[in-house]
Amino acid sequence: MSAVLKAQSAIRPENRIYRSRKQVNFLLLAVSSVALAFGLFWLIWILGTLLYEGGTALARAALYYQMTPPPGADGGLANAIAGSLVMVTAGTLIGTPVGILAGTYLAEYGHRGWLSGATRFLNDVLLSAPSIVMGLFVYSVYVAKVGHFSGWAGSIALALLVIPVVVRTTDDMLKLVPNTLREATVALGCPAWKMVLSVTYRAARTGILTGILLAVARISGETAPLLFTALNNQFWSTNMNAPMANLPVVIFQFAMSPYEDWHRLAWGGAALITLTVLVLNILARALFRKSD
Amino acid sequence: MSTATLNSSDAAGAPARTNSPSPRRLRSAPWADKAFEWLTRTFAFLVFSILLAILASLLVGSQLSIEKFGFSFLWTADWDPVQEKFGALVPIYGTLVTSAIAMIIGVPVSFGIALFLTELSPGWLKRPLGTAIELLAAIPSIIYGMWGLFVFAPLFQTHLQPAMINTLGSVPFFGALFAGPPIGIGMFAAGLILSIMVIPFITAVMRDVFEIVPPMLKESAYGLGATTWEVVWRVVLPYTKVGVIGGIMLGLGRALGETMAVTFVIGNAHRLAVSLNAPGNSIASALANEFTEAVGDLYFSALIELGLILFLITTVVLALSKLLLMRLARSEGTRT
Repeated sequence: MSAVLKAQSAIRPENRIYRSRKQVNFLLLAVSSVALAFGLFWLIWILGTLLYEGGTALARAALYYQMTPPPGADGGLANAIAGSLVMVTAGTLIGTPVGILAGTYLAEYGHRGWLSGATRFLNDVLLSAPSIVMGLFVYSVYVAKVGHFSGWAGSIALALLVIPVVVRTTDDMLKLVPNTLREATVALGCPAWKMVLSVTYRAARTGILTGILLAVARISGETAPLLFTALNNQFWSTNMNAPMANLPVVIFQFAMSPYEDWHRLAWGGAALITLTVLVLNILARALFRKSD
Repeated sequence: MSTATLNSSDAAGAPARTNSPSPRRLRSAPWADKAFEWLTRTFAFLVFSILLAILASLLVGSQLSIEKFGFSFLWTADWDPVQEKFGALVPIYGTLVTSAIAMIIGVPVSFGIALFLTELSPGWLKRPLGTAIELLAAIPSIIYGMWGLFVFAPLFQTHLQPAMINTLGSVPFFGALFAGPPIGIGMFAAGLILSIMVIPFITAVMRDVFEIVPPMLKESAYGLGATTWEVVWRVVLPYTKVGVIGGIMLGLGRALGETMAVTFVIGNAHRLAVSLNAPGNSIASALANEFTEAVGDLYFSALIELGLILFLITTVVLALSKLLLMRLARSEGTRT
């Protein structure tokens, strides 16, 4: 009985074509699982190394209140942490309004004319453009003219990285706001600017905030644009017109040095930056998911 | 100002008068509308001009070097700050080779991950796994570099690289690509680390475009008895071909311009080497290492010209990627 049924079915196990197709399918799906494992493997390895190497450095309180030391001496990263905080804050404060206003134009006013299409296109290119080029740009238009490296130059370079992220998310999030909401507002006699400020911005608030958080996460770990702009400073300095210490460049300098204790500090800084960036990322995701 | 604004505020004012809010507040500044629109337009124009401003500033900065060396800058291998002879061949070659290695490893892996996430993964695992892969993109590039130099390179040198040199190094013709002493750092190590860094970007695009395939198409293929792999290879991939290429170009654009990770592990040697295991240099790492220490106008100008070349290459690649993705979005609009 069962033998008869089997013989009639094209998918009986003796069918060679069927069998080889099944095998190919199984093999390639297994390969795809291996690919996923390959990706996760590096993530776990890198984070594990950071926790292992940087964990003890992070637990030392001196990391947070002592200055970067000369080789061989004891010290912390206080000036670098402060410098990074100042520059990331300044960069975000400069870049966010520009990004939000430009994004507003793209989503709210840019239905006609060439500007919105062209801006959207160039902004997407800018989003992935090499960050070191931003450093070069700020160097040639600001640092070279002023004649010295400075915290402001670093902040401007970081702001240039914030802008495309914020423009993109603001544009996307405002486009998600239903048009009926706009029409209802205007029908009540509300001028367009007020509609944007108090209705569409409010509707897209969490989305825009997510974009800003992601932008902050992105610039917190950026090294390349700071190399030619903020440079570095061995001492505590909050003068934005002078070279400014910052975590990424300190990590770069310390990791490339031959001194063992500098390496330990660099691992501590690396763990600190990565934790901050990952927390910001996860926060942004959680915030965005809540808004759905 | 315009009658439209006046009318609309009048219309709002009429019913408001019967209620409590004062009509004066509602008829606020009729110029505000135009002003706000112009404000946003100005900033949009500012964003539009950033890219052009970067291009202009790099062109001005590299003028000296362009005049001195002309086009031969592109294929000269000299890099001698003392005699002021500069050529970009070594960094250009290093940039292209490391990015090529990154693509050869990264593209199939990203495809596998996207395939797993869209077709194989159970629903409850999709989000955590997808997030984990995206977190690879969140790790700052300097961390990749540091990890590559201190953790990966020594292991690579003692375990993987000798085996690679012994097996692949003895293959005729191709052997030269892998020959040489195992020193850990070099172009292959840089390319491998770059591949990990571009995986999240390519995967994200592939995942997005795989999900736009109409379920009807996939179900039809399944209904005809196709296996999962056949559905992906013969239905999903042809449908999303343009978008997949766009995603690969996006990853390529990222790989070409990556600075810190490469700087740590490529070895920074201005030497043209056939072997992938030899140290080399990339445009971005040459800039990161030498820019603040450069003396002399010509040296400076040559470095800025390197930046200009990098900027032009990445802009073209990224613009192409964007165009391809836009084409997919448009054709999808007509097909459904």
